[in-house]
Amino acid sequence: MIGLADCNNFYASCERAFNPKLRNKPIVVLSNNDGCVIARSNEARALGIKMGEPAFKIKSLIDKNKVNVFSTNFALYGDMSDRVMSVMREEVEVMEVYSIDEAFLDFSDLVDLDRALALIKKVKQWTGIPISIGLAPTKSLAKVANHIAKKHTKKGIFILDDEDLIKRALNVFPVEDLWGVGRKYAKRLKQSGIRTALEFISADEGWIRRNFSVNAVRLQKELKGEKCYDLELTTQRKNNICTARSFGKEVKSCKKLSEAVSTFANTCATKLRKEKSCCSKISVFITTNPFKPNAKQYHPYITLNFETPTNDSMEIVNMANKALEYIYRDDCVYKKAGVIVGNTTPQDEVQMSLFDTINRDKQKKLMYSVDKINMLMGRDKIRLAAQGFARKWKLRQEKLSPCYTTRFADVLTIKI
Amino acid sequence: MKKTKALEFYTAEVGKPLQMPYFENGVSAGFPSPATDYLDAKLDLNDLLVEHPSATYYVRVIGDSMIGAGIVSGDLLVVDKSLEVSNNCIVVAYLDGEFTVKRIKKTKTKMFLNAENDNYKPIEITKDMDFVVFGVVAHSIHHFV
Repeated sequence: MIGLADCNNFYASCERAFNPKLRNKPIVVLSNNDGCVIARSNEARALGIKMGEPAFKIKSLIDKNKVNVFSTNFALYGDMSDRVMSVMREEVEVMEVYSIDEAFLDFSDLVDLDRALALIKKVKQWTGIPISIGLAPTKSLAKVANHIAKKHTKKGIFILDDEDLIKRALNVFPVEDLWGVGRKYAKRLKQSGIRTALEFISADEGWIRRNFSVNAVRLQKELKGEKCYDLELTTQRKNNICTARSFGKEVKSCKKLSEAVSTFANTCATKLRKEKSCCSKISVFITTNPFKPNAKQYHPYITLNFETPTNDSMEIVNMANKALEYIYRDDCVYKKAGVIVGNTTPQDEVQMSLFDTINRDKQKKLMYSVDKINMLMGRDKIRLAAQGFARKWKLRQEKLSPCYTTRFADVLTIKI
Repeated sequence: MKKTKALEFYTAEVGKPLQMPYFENGVSAGFPSPATDYLDAKLDLNDLLVEHPSATYYVRVIGDSMIGAGIVSGDLLVVDKSLEVSNNCIVVAYLDGEFTVKRIKKTKTKMFLNAENDNYKPIEITKDMDFVVFGVVAHSIHHFV
């Protein structure tokens, strides 16, 4: 059996773990720049607040119901996710971390319900985060089981194993909630009269293949109990790493844009070093605001190559700025920029270029020290001057909670 | 590099590091330090203070109610959420809207949160209180400088 463990309202639960006052209170977490709702507690959901809703549209609802609003605190959510995953790994050896708040667990030697319940209890005690587990013969069915566990059980666990039960569950399961069915697919399925998961698996396989994709065929098989996806146990080295943000305030000057692009490039370089990878190409893009159709629109994108693969911040930031120079135009106002580093190779398999003029050992030591200091003192404490100091383009994060677990300055302070 | 056939270049494989112990005092021609045979990993306070990393949280305290237990204003507590709450252990608890740090005292029928300072009275935990234990205090770190 495959188990899908999913944290309940993960972002809201992270905020609650260090602030018990928030128990049973509505919570919403807003996206970058405090724009849209990206997470809700059950209480906020009950008020009719929808995912993706712009914050300004629900302001009166928030004020009237005293909804607790938070900016995304990825330092906190990332650390809490690590904790949840490592607690589970202690109990279930074979697992695939699927996202920040979900993991597929190999339950083949963990058949009894008591052990699964003990796992839920342990994660709750060690981290304060409630999780639900759905158990089924395939990944796609485990997803369905997890939905049911969350919505209809008190203990947070549901086993979907016998054929009759599966049929009954799929009969009331909306097709748009299935794993991998996006809004577009759901719409087309509904136009063809397919509303429930049961109707989906009853559809002709050839018809599905012709009208959708091979993945839809696999989903159909998985829902019938035929395994198409195994647990992915080795984490794939990322071939591309992207850092892109929209700006709190639109940016026009090349200098400010360069500061933003430098910061994103530096973040990419830091991520590469964390993965022990080097990249051999870099792409930079900038875009104007598509919601202002009267303003001049411009979305250039450029890719440059490195002669020797690298993860050195200085080299990557330099190249990013070179790329920006090629595409920057001073008659536009920019809303977003991004840096993507690609074609990665493991850092100890890098082929050196014969005409390389950089003292790589020295740079490597320097980067190592910078990473270490920033890990202790907080992100970007040591940064390249190119990243700038004013950071006018920075994210709006007016409702950021403390980084309780990743900064000593932010730990809970208690009057005793 | 590949333009001439008469001469072929090979790039050196320098990427793979060779794992060797790091000799702090360098390599010199004189008498080698007899201690290098006994190189050991440096002591890491995490090994001593953090038994369960995924369940360990830090909390700063302000106030004098736990002075008798050696917890002084400004200390940093190492809190282990994985430990079971037992009689006499010191806990970080959430009580009626506020966090506090106190010692748990259980009798046959009652439970108290005790301060370690005579100026503070024991608090009896009753059913109508909103009481949750956050975690057990495993260590207190006091700064002298």
